[in-house]
Amino acid sequence: MRYRTFFAQAIIVSMAATASPGQTPAKSKSPANDPRTPDGQPDLQGIWNTMTVTPMERPRDLAGKEFFASEAEAAAYGKASSDKSKAGIDNGIGSYNEVFYEFGATTVKTRRTSFITDPPDGRVPPLTPAAQARWQKEQQIRRRRPEGPEDRSTSEQCLVFRTAVPPMTPWAYNSNYRIVQSKNQVAIYIEMVHDVRVIPLDGRPHLPPDVHLYLGDSVGHWEGNTLVVDTTNLSGKTGFYGADENLHVVERFSRMDGDTLLYQFTVDDPTAFTKPWKGELTMSAAAGPIYEYACNEGNYALPGILRGARADDKAEAEAAAKKAK
Amino acid sequence: MNFLSKRLSRSVIVVCCFTLAALAQTSAYKGPRTADGKPDLNGIWQAINTADWDISAHASEGPHIASEGAQGAEPGGIGVVEGGPIPYLPEALKIKAQNYRKRSTDDPEIKCYMPGVPRAVYQPFPFQIVQGTKMIMISYEFAAASRQVYIGAAPDGDESWMGTSAGHWEGDTLVIDVTKMIDQTWFDRAGDFHSDALHVTERYRPLSADAIWYEATITDPKVFSRPWKMSMPLYRHLEPHPRLMEFRCAEYIEELMYGQYRKKPNP
Repeated sequence: MRYRTFFAQAIIVSMAATASPGQTPAKSKSPANDPRTPDGQPDLQGIWNTMTVTPMERPRDLAGKEFFASEAEAAAYGKASSDKSKAGIDNGIGSYNEVFYEFGATTVKTRRTSFITDPPDGRVPPLTPAAQARWQKEQQIRRRRPEGPEDRSTSEQCLVFRTAVPPMTPWAYNSNYRIVQSKNQVAIYIEMVHDVRVIPLDGRPHLPPDVHLYLGDSVGHWEGNTLVVDTTNLSGKTGFYGADENLHVVERFSRMDGDTLLYQFTVDDPTAFTKPWKGELTMSAAAGPIYEYACNEGNYALPGILRGARADDKAEAEAAAKKAK
Repeated sequence: MNFLSKRLSRSVIVVCCFTLAALAQTSAYKGPRTADGKPDLNGIWQAINTADWDISAHASEGPHIASEGAQGAEPGGIGVVEGGPIPYLPEALKIKAQNYRKRSTDDPEIKCYMPGVPRAVYQPFPFQIVQGTKMIMISYEFAAASRQVYIGAAPDGDESWMGTSAGHWEGDTLVIDVTKMIDQTWFDRAGDFHSDALHVTERYRPLSADAIWYEATITDPKVFSRPWKMSMPLYRHLEPHPRLMEFRCAEYIEELMYGQYRKKPNP
C-alpha cells in the first residue's frame, strides 16, 4: 500500500514539473548579449524542455518538405498531430492516460519536419547487414511474451531513458533538463530518471574503448558560444535506431534566442549505420521546478508485466492439457 | 575617496569579514575560490569511513552470506556520531533493534533505493559537485541519485527520496537544509532510521582545497529525544581525470526482485 502511494507521488510530482513549459526569461537580442556565467562562459543554465510533435524521421507524407513554410502551417501541423496522439491513447486499462502523456502540440522552433537534417530525406540511413540482423532480433525479443526483466526496454527496467542517452531525444513525458555550469564542468540533470551527465571541460581523453556505460563517456569544450560535447563508450543497449557500442555522438548546444537552445547532434557508428547522420531539435525554457522521478523505487509495472506473462503461460499450459484429455 | 583610503576601507572590510568568518568556523579557508568568491567545491568527493555499515562505533563482523567470506565481512569503525549513543525515544529504540535483526534483508540499500541524506554522502561511493552560483548540483554514483541544491529558497514540493535542499553560505561554509524526505530510508546497514519528520542540516566547511569537514545535524522529534550530529571529513579524489562511473544498481537487483517471475529460473 505504501509503495503504491510512493509511485503515485512520483507521477504527481513529475506532472507538476512540466505543468508550464514555455514560461520564459527575458529574450536576448543577439549573441553578443547572450548571458555569461561569472567565469565568462556562455550561460546555458536553466530548465529546458524538448517535448514536441516533430519526429526523429520525416513522415512519408511530408517527403521532400524540409521545413513548414510558415508559423501558421507549423502550428496547424502541431495541433493536428496532438489531436491524433490524444485520439490514440487508451484511457482505460493498459497504459498511461491522456493526463500523463506529454507529446506537445508544437513543432520544433526551427519549423523542421524532422529532427534529422542529414541525409536530406530526413530518414535514418540504412543499417549494415549485421546491425539489421541484430535490430530485428532485439525487436523480436521486445515483442515476445517477456521471459525475464531483460526482455523489456531499459526504461521499463528503470535503468536509463532515451532523454538521457546522447543524442538526448524526447520521451512521451517529462522531457525536462536542467543545466548547471561551473568553470570546468557542465551538469545536465535529466528528469528521467534523476540522471546527471557531468561533462568535463578540462581536455581529458575518453575512457579506454572497452569500457561501456549507459550514458557513455562525454568530454566537452566551448567553440565560441557553443558547447560541444563528444561522447563515446556507449552501451549499445538502449535501442537507439540499431546503434551498437561503437556509437560516437557529437552534440552542440547553443542559444537560438533568449528562451530557446538549439541542440544539434551528429551520429556515427560505422558498424551499425551505412553512413553518419545529423539531426537537431530545440529546447524551450521552462518554469519548472523539476522534481525527483523515483522509478526503481516504485516500479510496479515491470513485475506486473512479468507476472502477467507467467499467468498467460499457465493459462496456455492448462488449455493445452485440457485439449489433450 | 582617494585610492589609498579606498584600499584602506576595503582592507578594513576584508579584515572584519575574516574575523567574523574565523569566529564562526575557527579556521580560515585558503584554497581556491570560484569566480563569485565562494570556496571551490567543484570535483569528486568521498568519505573514507565505515559509517554506511554502522554510523556508531562498531567492531568488525563476519559476512551475512557465508559464501562471501572476507569480501562480505563488515569492517569496524570508530563511528561518526558525536557525543555518545544516538538519542532514540524508547519506542524508536525497539524499532532500531528490530531493524538490526533484519538488516540483511530489510535495508533499503539492498533494493537499490535512493539512499537519502546524509547516507548518500558516506556510502562507499564517490559523488560529484557542480557548483553554480544559484544552484549546486550533486550527483552520487550509487543508484544515480542526485540533488538539485537551491542557493536560497527551494520550491515547494512533495516528499522524495533525496529530499528538498535549500542551501546558503555562512562565510566559507555551505549550509544545506534538507527536508521532505520520505520515511523509507535508513542511515546505515545497522538499521538506524528516521521518520517523515526528519530535518537534516548539513554543513560543508572546506578545510583545504582537498578536504571538507562535513556535519549533519539530525532533527526528528518522532524518533529522537533531541537533535544529534554526525561529522566526518570528506576527501577530494586527486587521481588524474577522476570521474564517476555508473552504478545503476536497478539492474543488479532484478534477480532479487523479479527472478521469481522468469520463464526459466536462473540456475
